[in-house]
Amino acid sequence: MTYLFLQQYWWLLVSLLGALFVMLTFVQGANALIFTLGKTETERQLIVNSTGRKWELTFTTLVTFGGAFFASFPLFYSTSFGGAYWVWMLILLSFVLQAVAYEFQSKPGNLFGTNVYRVFLLINGIVGPLLVGIAVSTFFHGAEFVVTKDVMGVGGTISQWASPWGGLEAVANPWNVLLGITVALLSVLLGLLYILRNIADETLAARARKFLWVVAPLFVVLFLLYVGHLLMANGWAVAEDGGISIEEYKYLHNLLQMPVVAALFLIGVIGVLAGIVVALFAQRTWGFWLAAPGAVLTVMALLLLAGWNGTCYYPSLADTASSLHIGNSCSGEFTLRTMFYVSLIIPFVVAYIAWAWHTMDKKAITKEELTQTEDKY
Amino acid sequence: MDVLFLSRLQFALTACYHWLFVPLTLGLGVVMSVMETIYVVKGDEAWRRIARFWQKLFGINFAVGVATGIILEFEFGTNWSNYSWFVGDIFGAPLAIEGILAFFMEATFIAIMFFGWEKVSKRTHLAATWLTALGTMISAWWILVANAWMQHPVGMDFNTDTVRNEMMDFFAVAFQPAAVIKFTHSVASGWMTGAMFVVAVSAWFLWKKRNEEMAKKSILVASIVGLVGTLLCMFAGDKHGVDIAKHQPMKLAAAEGLMQGSNEAPFSIVPGIEVPHMLSFLATHDWNGYVWGVEDLKQVGEEQIAEGKVALEAFRTYREHRDTNDSIAQQALATFQQHKAYFGYGYLDSTEELVPNVPLCYWCFRLMIGCGCLVALCFVLALFFGYKGWLPRYRWFLLLCMLCLPAVYVAGQCGWIFTEVGRQPWAIQGLLPVKAALSSVSAGSVLTTVILFATLFTALLIAEVRIMLKAIQQHKDEDLVVSD
Repeated sequence: MTYLFLQQYWWLLVSLLGALFVMLTFVQGANALIFTLGKTETERQLIVNSTGRKWELTFTTLVTFGGAFFASFPLFYSTSFGGAYWVWMLILLSFVLQAVAYEFQSKPGNLFGTNVYRVFLLINGIVGPLLVGIAVSTFFHGAEFVVTKDVMGVGGTISQWASPWGGLEAVANPWNVLLGITVALLSVLLGLLYILRNIADETLAARARKFLWVVAPLFVVLFLLYVGHLLMANGWAVAEDGGISIEEYKYLHNLLQMPVVAALFLIGVIGVLAGIVVALFAQRTWGFWLAAPGAVLTVMALLLLAGWNGTCYYPSLADTASSLHIGNSCSGEFTLRTMFYVSLIIPFVVAYIAWAWHTMDKKAITKEELTQTEDKY
Repeated sequence: MDVLFLSRLQFALTACYHWLFVPLTLGLGVVMSVMETIYVVKGDEAWRRIARFWQKLFGINFAVGVATGIILEFEFGTNWSNYSWFVGDIFGAPLAIEGILAFFMEATFIAIMFFGWEKVSKRTHLAATWLTALGTMISAWWILVANAWMQHPVGMDFNTDTVRNEMMDFFAVAFQPAAVIKFTHSVASGWMTGAMFVVAVSAWFLWKKRNEEMAKKSILVASIVGLVGTLLCMFAGDKHGVDIAKHQPMKLAAAEGLMQGSNEAPFSIVPGIEVPHMLSFLATHDWNGYVWGVEDLKQVGEEQIAEGKVALEAFRTYREHRDTNDSIAQQALATFQQHKAYFGYGYLDSTEELVPNVPLCYWCFRLMIGCGCLVALCFVLALFFGYKGWLPRYRWFLLLCMLCLPAVYVAGQCGWIFTEVGRQPWAIQGLLPVKAALSSVSAGSVLTTVILFATLFTALLIAEVRIMLKAIQQHKDEDLVVSD
């Protein structure tokens, strides 16, 4: 295993974790609709209890994504988290609100009352995916930072953020906002498909399909707009000698030069579309199982376009030479190799998650089940 | 208030809040797993109800622990960017492993534990409960590996070209004795917390003459888990003392308020009451072992700082000339290699900076030990009275059990405050002082997030305590018989 291979392998893993996280934000997407999709108390309970059996997976994937990024590309961790302070802090805050909301909402003595905790879920459901989308878009459109390793010896800070807005300045670029909205719509879309799959309730299902008719076309249009723009856009390329320059149609070139990634991307997009079609036209419940893997492949392919093939995955708008690519931001060869061996345990983890998911979700949740059991939120 | 102070405040705040919830998760996890095991082995429905009650309380507490934990992980990036680059090559690994190995295990099996009673077999459910508890402990292992490494960095080397420390030996990092000791001490203190919680709540039931059968059974299991925890905690604590004396002598000197080093250092119980030679023995396992004092360490510090300045200067010269003048660069590199052990000291300006807050360390250390001993005594009595069936008779003892619950939390908090304050000024012992580890974020931003977190976490703490109290007050063991 060469150093380069290990760098690419870790970018693949980080991309996969990021993609899994985006897919798992179906929890957030469903929660964003908690007050509109759920008209009655029972319906809201159904939604909460349905996503409530999955939220920890989403949360854990976010934490592990952070940990894996830290271990493999520490300079990104150092630069982006410390610089785009407010973007990350707001994302985290929204997830803190969500983490307690499930357990506390229906318990006596919970201080704020059920609805406040559901509003927490709603806030996280909208703010979480929106800000994550905006943050991911800066992987393509750049951010305002300068990295100087030499200052470590003189008591300075390795990375300086060139904007006083702590990352929030990213919203000034409409394309970043567009991806934020697109990701939020994707999570709502997946949330609706998940509810169709996971809850056996006809009223809720009919309403979910009605929502889907609005959300799905909107998502597809915005997604295509963003992808179209991306393939036309300039990217930051890394030369053999480490020099960084702006290249026209960089992401289009990446797509053409990496046919496997292009194939993953296409299969992913087809999966998401097929999931929508199955749910809307065939009236089936398993659309989720087409759209979810589709979303994973699509997002993963996009992140691979951002980081592979000599591309800067975190371009600097303030100082081109500071731009981060996998080669200048990664951990040492020894660490990446050690962590490669650790990563071999991942298939085992995926296997027991799949088993647990299957065991718990064999039967869809019903109103009757909720009235009969004590084991609910 | 400057950024350094605020960033430390924010980290201390999130860490202290996190450690309010985590030890209960660790301890209650073991207690509830043992109870469910008794149920599966004996097939006695009463034990199933008991296990489920404590699992319910476990769930209420678990969510807040998770919520406070995510902030801690990301804070290394948001507030300590220099740190993240300087040692991320080593420090990131345990965090990633924690996620892969432990968090998914907890997240997956906790859902089966809560919602799987009707969906999986008895034995599978028991396995899920144990795996949830095991997950919390594996998680503790890796994060304490990371913390131990900050207190005693090993298995790495400084790379002058990438300007960071890089891992050379994974096993030295992952399994160094300091980590094993820290893990045992912290997790065992968690067992004490969880066990004390069960004993105190059960004592309240007995006091109120409610759910008495359940309470008596719970106290028996909990006091045994608590005693095992106490023994492990004391054993590891003793090793910890020796380890600190060797690797962080300033922390030990601060804990004892020892100004001048001595071969016959006494242990101060409170100011004015001393046990002769005791500190020498505790720190070195030799009645006449030498223990460093604050003033001696400051004297040594003067040389260390001087050497550190030389190393830092040589490093700068090397970076400046490495592309232009090879001979100057090589010479500087040689000087740097010679003095690099003191690199971190070069950031300091005076020996005063080497001294942590002595009164805070001194009192936290005493509170930790005092409260810990009180809790240990409570476990012994609880087991004895419980075994004899005397618990309802001694109402003063039930009261003592309830009073020991705050004591166990005070012990845990003081332990962490002592160990983290005591290692100041270092983010990484001897390598990087906190003031050189910061991000370039503004003081205003950090102040805002400090206020946000303080408000939010306090609100969540109040909500949790209220929910817990309600759940305990409303619990009627017999009610559950019907729903089973």
